[in-house]
Parts: sequence; C-alpha cells; structure tokens
Amino acid sequence: MSDIHTSHDGASHGSYKSYIIGLVLSIVLTLISFGVVMTGSFGIPAMMITVVVTAIIQVLVQLILFMHLNTKSEGGWNVISFIFTIGILTLIVGGSLWIMHNIHINMMLG
Amino acid sequence: MFGKLSLDSIPFHEPIIMVTAAAIGIIGALVVGLITYYGKWGYLWTDWVTSIDHKKIGVMYFLVALVMLVRGFADAIMMRTQQALAAGGAEGYLPPHHFDQIFTAHGVIMIFFVAMPMVIGLMNLVVPLQIGARDVAFPFMNNLSFWLFAVGMILVNMSLVIGEFAKTGWLAYAPLSELQYSPDVGVDYWIWALQLSGIGTTLTGINFFVTILKMRTKGMSLFRMPIFTWTALCTNVLIILSFPILTVTIALLTLDRYLGMHFFTNDMGGSQMMYVNLIWAWGHPEVYILILPAFGVFSEVIATFTKKRLFGYKTMVWATAAITVLSFIVWLHHFFTMGAGANVNAFFGIMTMIIAIPTGVKIFNWLFTMYRGRIQFTTPVLWTIGFIITFTLGGMTGVMLAVPGANFVLHNSLFVIAHFHNVIIGGVVFGMMAGFTYWFPKAFGFTLSEKWGKRSFWCWLIGFYVAFMPLYALSFFGAMRRMQSYEQTEWQPLMIVAWFGAVIIACGIACIVIQLVVSIRDREKNRDLTGDPWDGRTLEWSTSSPPPNYNFAYLPDVASIDSYWEMKQQPGGFKRELATKFEDIHMPKNTAEGPIMSLFALFFGFALIWHIWWLVGVGAIGMFVTFMFRIFNNDTDYHVSAAEVERTEREYHKRLEMQA
Repeated sequence: MSDIHTSHDGASHGSYKSYIIGLVLSIVLTLISFGVVMTGSFGIPAMMITVVVTAIIQVLVQLILFMHLNTKSEGGWNVISFIFTIGILTLIVGGSLWIMHNIHINMMLG
Repeated sequence: MFGKLSLDSIPFHEPIIMVTAAAIGIIGALVVGLITYYGKWGYLWTDWVTSIDHKKIGVMYFLVALVMLVRGFADAIMMRTQQALAAGGAEGYLPPHHFDQIFTAHGVIMIFFVAMPMVIGLMNLVVPLQIGARDVAFPFMNNLSFWLFAVGMILVNMSLVIGEFAKTGWLAYAPLSELQYSPDVGVDYWIWALQLSGIGTTLTGINFFVTILKMRTKGMSLFRMPIFTWTALCTNVLIILSFPILTVTIALLTLDRYLGMHFFTNDMGGSQMMYVNLIWAWGHPEVYILILPAFGVFSEVIATFTKKRLFGYKTMVWATAAITVLSFIVWLHHFFTMGAGANVNAFFGIMTMIIAIPTGVKIFNWLFTMYRGRIQFTTPVLWTIGFIITFTLGGMTGVMLAVPGANFVLHNSLFVIAHFHNVIIGGVVFGMMAGFTYWFPKAFGFTLSEKWGKRSFWCWLIGFYVAFMPLYALSFFGAMRRMQSYEQTEWQPLMIVAWFGAVIIACGIACIVIQLVVSIRDREKNRDLTGDPWDGRTLEWSTSSPPPNYNFAYLPDVASIDSYWEMKQQPGGFKRELATKFEDIHMPKNTAEGPIMSLFALFFGFALIWHIWWLVGVGAIGMFVTFMFRIFNNDTDYHVSAAEVERTEREYHKRLEMQA
C-alpha cells in the first residue's frame, strides 16, 4: 500500500490494520443497535440511549478509521473544521429541540 | 405521456403574461438571430459555456444576475402599482392569485437569482486573483455550479408561461405549501428551482472554502489575506453549514407532496412549526451569506480610494468571524410570535441585538479609515457612503424588531418589509454595485462611465428612501405585508409615494444599463492597460486586465497585508517588466460535462414538476451517465507551454509600451 505515493499533500491514508479494525467495529456497533431493538429486552429509555450512543461511536469510528480524521492531516484544518461543524450542529439541533419543546409546552399539544 | 402538462397549462387568457411572454420570445429570437448572423455559436460554446475559467464564470453569474434584477424589479413595480391602486374597495389590476405569485417570485428571484449570483460572481472573479491563484480548487465543479444555478433560474422563468409559480411567499411556509392547500405545480416549480440551484450553491461553497484554504500564494498567511477574501471565506463556511438544511427541508416537503408523507402537514402528526424552524435555521445564515461579501467590497473600496490601509484589519476579521458564528443562533427572531415563550424569545432577542456589536465595529472601522484619508469620490465610494448611512438605519430598525415585545406588534407588517429592504438594498445591492464598478475594469480591461454610475447611485439612493420610508410609516397605521387590496383610503397617498420611489429606482436600473452601453461604446477611450486603474492595494491589480487565463505568469510572493501596495512603495516602485525566463503552467481544460449534466438536470426538474415520469428517468440516467464520463475522463488538464506564456506576456508588454 505505502509504496504507491500519490501527490495528496498532508492527508493521511490509513493502513490495512486500521481498515480491518474499523470494519469490525462498525459491524459490531450496527449489530448492537439492531440487536437491542429487535430483541426488545431493554426498556424504551435504555434502548434509545443505546442506539444514540452506538450511533455516535459509529460516526467517530467511520470518521477516524475510514476518513482518516486526525489532528495532523491537512495541517490540522480537518479537525478544526470538524469541531466547528459539531459546534454549529449542536447549536442548531439543540436550539431546535429547545424551541420545539417550549412550543410544545406552551401550545399544550398532547 | 406529458403527465399533468397540457395546452391548458399555458395561461392564454392572461394578457399581462402573454404580452411578457411575447416580448421575451421576440428578444430571445433577436439574440439567437444575432448570434447566428455573426457566427458566434462556436465562440460562445468554447469560450464561455464550457469554460472553467473562474473569471468568465464570474462574469456569467453577474450577467444572469443583472438580467434577473430586471425581472425581479418588474415584479416589484407591479406590486407597488397594485397597492397604489387597490384602496377602499378598488380591486386594482392584479387578481389575488396573480398578485400572490408575483410577491413570491419577487422574493425568490431577488434572493436566489440576483443577490446570490452577484455575490458568487464577484467571489469567482476576485478571490483567486486576490490570493494569487491560477484557478479555483475544483474548476469543473465551478462550471457545474454555475449551470445548476442556471437551471434553477430557467425553471423559475418557465413557470411564468408554463403553468404558474408558487402563491405561498418566498419561503413556502407549510402547510400552505402542502398538497392540501397548493395542489397546483407552483410549489413544485419553487421546490425544484431552489433544490437544483441550491446544490450548485453548496458546491460553490465547498469549492471556494478549499480554494481559499489551500491555494494561497507563497507568504499569504491567513492574516495577510485581503478583507474581501476573508469575508468570502466566512460566507463559504456559512454556505457549507446552512445550505444542507435548506436542501433537507425542501426534500422533506417534497416527500410530503410527492409520496404522501406527513412531515409538515396539518394531520397525521405533521409539524408545520418544524418547517418554519428549519427554513429559518437556513434562512438567517443566508442573509449573512449575502451581506458579508458586501462588507468585504466596502472594505476594499474604502481602503483603495482613501489611499490608506484599512483601519483595524484584525478587528475587521474578528468581527466577520463573530458574525459568522452569531448568525447561527438568532434564527428564532423570524418567528417570535410562534409561541416558544418568554425565555426562548428573550434569548434569541438578545443574541440578535448582540450582532449589532461586531457590525458596529465594522462601521467604525470604515469611518476611521476615511478619517484623514484622501477620499476620491468615485462611484464605488458613493455606493459605500450611501451604504454606511442607509445600512445603519436598517440595522437600527433591525434591533427594534429584535425586541420580542415590539416584534409582536410589527410581525408581518410593512415594517418588516421596509426593514429588510433597508438592509438588503442598502447593504447587498449597494455593495454589489460598488464591487461591480470597482472590479469591472479587472474583468474587461476598461473602466465604466463614472457619470452614469453616479446617476445610477443617486437614483437608487433617493428611490430607496422614497419607496421604503412610507412603508415604515404605514406599518404604524397597521398596514400588513402582501396585501392585494385594502379598505383604508388614508393609506393610499403614502402608497402612491412608495410607487413613485419604485419609479426612481427604475431610473437607477436604467442608468446601469446605459452605463454599460456607453462604457462599451467608449471602451477604447477608457482602456486601462496597466491593470491597475485605481492605484489598488491587493494582488488582483498586479496582473493585466483582463488577466490571461493563467492569471499570473509567475505566482506572486507576499510579505504583508496590501502586499501589492507595499511593492509599489518600494524605492523605485513596482515595474511591470517582462520576466526573463518562463515556465510551463498547469491548467484545467474546458469541459462540456457541466452544461450537459445541467441540461439533464433541467429535464429532470421539469419532468418532476409535471409528473412526466419517463422524462424523469431520462434526466436522471443522463445526469448519471454524464457524471460517469467525467469521472473516467483523464484528459482534464494540460500545460500552457512556456513559449505560449512568453508570447502572451510579450504581446501585453508591447501594448503597454505603445501606450506609454
């Protein structure tokens, strides 16, 4: 793998090992989230938390192991952009939840 | 075979539309005839349509924007005429269903097909030159972005004659835009025009973000970038983060309308409030996408024409960055009245007011730059000063609207209309016109007529105040927005004044057209061979006008802010000398894949609007196949040989010497 050098400057390319780890992890995480829903052995809140947590880990696994996000690639720009995006996402998703929750209460919907 | 489309879809019984269509047809036929007569089709195809040259793409964006400005303005003056007539029981000349389409089309066109292409056009023309690059990071994608945008524009204009446009207002609030209340194709036109051009915009955002981060010339650290490039960078960050929200929101509305889902419907658990929330989570950053580059233009113009370095470069950058972040936490101020309650409203109200602080920093920076500068009152400077005054006013009415209590009274009234025209005309339009006059000589090699530029400015400035100050006043009497007719005859005099203001703005637009015609006629007289007609400060002025397709024979080396200005201040000054040695330059090749893919996208969009399913298939497969061609096409770049670079440069220097 490493003997084919293309002229991408700064982006890392991962290794055989990291791809295998990523593949196994992503399959395991998918199975866990499917599993808790299909067996139905958890309560609703526990099930939701498990699904959300495995989803977040899944995102990180894919970003780090498949898309080679690390603090060094592209002189740190990738990770800065990523953190900024997470910040804005938090603002928008969090803000939307806050707004809609309050509307829900004030309108006495359900 | 033709889905919902039939001959009945064309409104033959509407004289206004038919006359417009005939006029467009005649003008179109004339243009086609002239191009054929002069045998320019080949030139158009190779030099413009398939071009990946960022400068030409920029010019095309701006040209489309100017044409659409006329279309959008035609809508505006029709509305003002209707409101000047339809008082006290009078019906005016526009029936409600037509009036509703007009105010929707006016908003959509002015934002998406005038303001956006002006901003993106200027970015295309200027950013690579300012950072000393030879093209953008993804030249093919740039061409594709333009043509996808053009497809959106074509769809909006088709809706004029074939079928109808949305009657929902420019943001197509659900549930009004749902099938239940808008069963016609109007909203579908809105959906596909915005969806396709929106994807083009997202691609542009990614393209310029990467260009600015990765393709700066040697020595140009982030804090040596010209302010226009900084504002472009922040605008592209906003595009990348906010346009996907628009895409998803419209996609959900599409699922509701096409597949019977219930994201935003009245029943089955749909939430129309979620639509309002999502559309503004995109909509508010969008207005900063438009205004930030305008701020950048004013910064360049003021520094150039006062012959001073911009006051507070770093505070300008940080103010821009602060606005970028803050623009994501204010969107609720568009729907204070929806019922989120006091805590939520207070938070978003305060956040909104806080934006006035970085904006104020910018205003003071411009004022302090002018202070004790040698101001030359050229057209771009007039636009800038007009902006500073008008925009400050608009900003203050904005802060008024940000007070939730006041907002409950002013919501959906003409006050809102007056406010956002105050900041969009006074900010974005003035900024784009300043940029247009300022960078026109860079794109074409001759300056624009100052006389007609100034006339245009005065018409726009006076016209704006005459047209919109009455609306502020009317809102205090209770006049709402989007009225097809009204009972109160006492509102009519001010409505007529507003109509007269629109007529003055029409003169301003006419002046722009005359300015172009006159300047092209006198182009030899106004020729600028030096490439630096204003004694500029940034790198774009260091190359010839129009620049060769490779921009710089040698990539410049940057040692400070305003590096070109610093070079000129060196003992002996900056000399345009012919280099002694040339090298091959690696450049992208023109490509037909962008326009072809977009043509299929046009089929795709049009077919979806009219439910012509086989054509949807043709469009989708066509796009996919063309894209595959592009992916497997390795013949995408070439080298301009050193000999050819030398020939081009020698030719330029010969003309330069002849002039001297």
